[in-house]
Amino acid sequence: MICHDIVIVGGGPAGMAAAAAAYDAGCHDVVILDREPQLGGILMQCIHNGFGLHKLGKELTGPEYAAVYAEMVEKRGIRVYTETMVTHVSPERVVTSQNRQGILKIQAKAVILAMGCRERSRGALNIAGSRPAGIYSAGTAQKLVNCMGYQVGRRVVILGSGDIGLIMARRMSFEGAKVEAVCEVMPYSGGLTRNIVQCLEDFGIPLYLSTTVVQIHGRDRLEGVTIAQVDENRRPIDETRRYIPCDTLLLSVGLIPENELTRAAGIPIDPVTNGALVDENCQTAVPGIFACGNVLQVHDLVDYVSEEAERAGIAAAGLVAGEISDDVEIATRAGNGVRYVLPQKIRSTAQEVSLFLRVSQPFGRVRFVVEDEEKVLATATRLRAAPGEMEKLNLPAEKLSSVRGEITVRLEVL
Amino acid sequence: MLYDVLIIGAGVIGSMLARELSRYQLSVCVLEKENDVAMGATHANSGIIHGGYDPVPGTLKAKMNTDGVEPLFQAARDLHVPHRRNGSMVCAFGSDAEHALLDELYEQGQVNGTPDLRILSGDEARAIEPKLSPEVSRVLHVPNAGIIGPYDLAIAAMGNAMDNGAVLLRNFPVVEIRREDARFVVTSEKGDCAEGRYLVNCAGAYSDRIAAMAGDGFYTITPRAGEYMLLDRAEGDTVSHTLFQCPTEDGKGILVSPTAHGNLLVGPTAKKVASPEHHDTTPEGLAEVTRLAAKSVPSVNFRQVITSFTGIRATGSTGDFILEASKTVPGLIHAGGVESPGLTCSVSIARYLTGILREEGLELNEKSDWNGVREDTHAFQHMTDEEKDAFIREHPAYGKIVCRCEGITEGEILDAIHRNPPALDMDGVKRRTRAGMGRCQGGFCGPYVMALISRELGIPMEEVTKKGGDSRMLVERIGEDK
Repeated sequence: MICHDIVIVGGGPAGMAAAAAAYDAGCHDVVILDREPQLGGILMQCIHNGFGLHKLGKELTGPEYAAVYAEMVEKRGIRVYTETMVTHVSPERVVTSQNRQGILKIQAKAVILAMGCRERSRGALNIAGSRPAGIYSAGTAQKLVNCMGYQVGRRVVILGSGDIGLIMARRMSFEGAKVEAVCEVMPYSGGLTRNIVQCLEDFGIPLYLSTTVVQIHGRDRLEGVTIAQVDENRRPIDETRRYIPCDTLLLSVGLIPENELTRAAGIPIDPVTNGALVDENCQTAVPGIFACGNVLQVHDLVDYVSEEAERAGIAAAGLVAGEISDDVEIATRAGNGVRYVLPQKIRSTAQEVSLFLRVSQPFGRVRFVVEDEEKVLATATRLRAAPGEMEKLNLPAEKLSSVRGEITVRLEVL
Repeated sequence: MLYDVLIIGAGVIGSMLARELSRYQLSVCVLEKENDVAMGATHANSGIIHGGYDPVPGTLKAKMNTDGVEPLFQAARDLHVPHRRNGSMVCAFGSDAEHALLDELYEQGQVNGTPDLRILSGDEARAIEPKLSPEVSRVLHVPNAGIIGPYDLAIAAMGNAMDNGAVLLRNFPVVEIRREDARFVVTSEKGDCAEGRYLVNCAGAYSDRIAAMAGDGFYTITPRAGEYMLLDRAEGDTVSHTLFQCPTEDGKGILVSPTAHGNLLVGPTAKKVASPEHHDTTPEGLAEVTRLAAKSVPSVNFRQVITSFTGIRATGSTGDFILEASKTVPGLIHAGGVESPGLTCSVSIARYLTGILREEGLELNEKSDWNGVREDTHAFQHMTDEEKDAFIREHPAYGKIVCRCEGITEGEILDAIHRNPPALDMDGVKRRTRAGMGRCQGGFCGPYVMALISRELGIPMEEVTKKGGDSRMLVERIGEDK
């Protein structure tokens, strides 16, 4: 078996940023394993712009953003195994993978999980009706249109107003398709506001909130869908049923972190984030195994994926060098109005810690309150907050050393 | 060409009959209206090997079931079809009527010759099946029952038949059957013809129409739809036995069962429908499945549903299997009304039909080189890492994983496209390899599989279909003149 200091599973934005950061932190024996023929992950099919505004200070397309990091990886001479699929990670950090050359087993000192996420499928929604061709998850359609050069349909309904669905509404329109509607079962969109404006409103595509697809029609190819409004319990209201002829249904109904390898490694998963339970270094409950990017929590901006992955990379390098400290164990908890808080544990008071969280529903002006069992540690005010946009709160090191019990983050509506 | 035997319908019965007949020095041709085998009742099926206690003694169903179980297990081994003898339980929920029914089924099983039946108390049952509802008061335990991949069985049987010389003609919806000069002339919608000395009607839910076309339409089929939900493999070990509820007039009730592929299956409902083309799931049907499955096993995790589907049962008007030579049309053999436990009986029915053909004058001379074994198409999945490593060095395509959820390699997909019966569409690849059958339902591997089908079959991407016919996946190449 061959040995490497750090093995990174996945060469998307998280894997690349983690690799470069680990290298710059002093660990030069880093390898990346990726399934695809090239680095970049899902960014390679995201040919629209809007990437990099926060992190790189300029607006790039997905492949351009990926190229920035791929170049960093290349310049550092980091070994990349492409078309190599990891099939198992053991708690002892043996990474098993396979490619056209055979089975590759690597003993790592640290493993960084950066597998990304997948889209929720039709089956998971249990939509009634037939099973014709023409039903795609938005990302699959994106791959076919952008990377392979094929139009998937001419008359389109999109279920779910997640960002990929919104982006694809615009993309399908560019290619001459008629997007009849975007239906969102919730009373608000889960996508970024800028995408609703730029991808729907600018193209005159209607967004129907509190509306879902209740039936699929057509034997061979999709012929139409029946949509209906839903009540407050998300149950369809029969009187509002309406048939829309279409040959394509795109689903943008949520992303699920791809944690099959994580589970098989015996790493505990947070039922809310569907990602591993981690500390502020992105280290999971299995020592030496880290997780970052969309496999840890579904992000809305790749810029934050890169940031998170850099923390994981630096920490993994620190672990390899024996320089990772853990002097405390403070749990974090989501309070009123907050769906989750990441990291779930803080293990060092040596430096500032960033807490990442999502709110449970859209709010207007709010104040976030970070508190322990005795006192308020930090507050932050926002003009508005939405589940589609991740929040970040910083907790200074000096506050951490005085924490009593667990930390709760809640919000107050102002 | 004049075939000795024409079989209409490439479901599990037609496919297994083709395999059985391929033992002999005969020319055999199977006519299938769809783009693949196993597209009707065999496709969306519970996949249960029934123990044999259920059919009324004296019926063909009872005889075929009792005679069919062990030969089916043997065929599953020879054809390398995923299967497991997991045993089944019929559950009663406290009522005297249900307890009496279990006793009746037990007695019926004794008459039919079902081995090792036992009545267990609820607690005894829960001792071996811990997630069984506390409401279950008594069960009939059926140790010889099992589970099998239904379409896998039909595909493997047809593949083995083809390896032994049988011919499969797909996209051959029969529109006319003429009898002239002691032969059948069968015409498809497109006007293609196939001729045979004998004609066996294995057309499932369409067998009444085919029988009528052949001039002996003495029975009718009432299609009954059954809705199912399939759960992620993470839930596959929720139960180990196939759990039935007490049967009703409409069928064997809602079951909760592991599948031969390791998923968890719940369903089916039972609803008479107007057309065998009915494949829709309904909110009511899925709600009923959810409710009744939870009655047997309250802890079924419905958040892990990965797909739902509707199957069709071909219920015949006689109440029993119709397996007989036509009394009016010489050379026509009926295999109609094959509903549950038809899958269990596929081998015994194939042998029984072969016997009928012999009685009707078909000469059966065994081939010296018949090979009833089909290679294990999933062999790679069962290898150790060391074996895989060696295999990949010989066959690099097996190093490339295409379907990440199920771990299916390019090598296996290429094999499915080229091995008998070749997969011609996306669903064909999926059923043969499981690529696209996992939790992402083809989201990641779909485009890659499309490209492989396009390349291997030498057709443009836009011609790749989900399941033949007009089920094209893509509409056009971007950037070309429209």
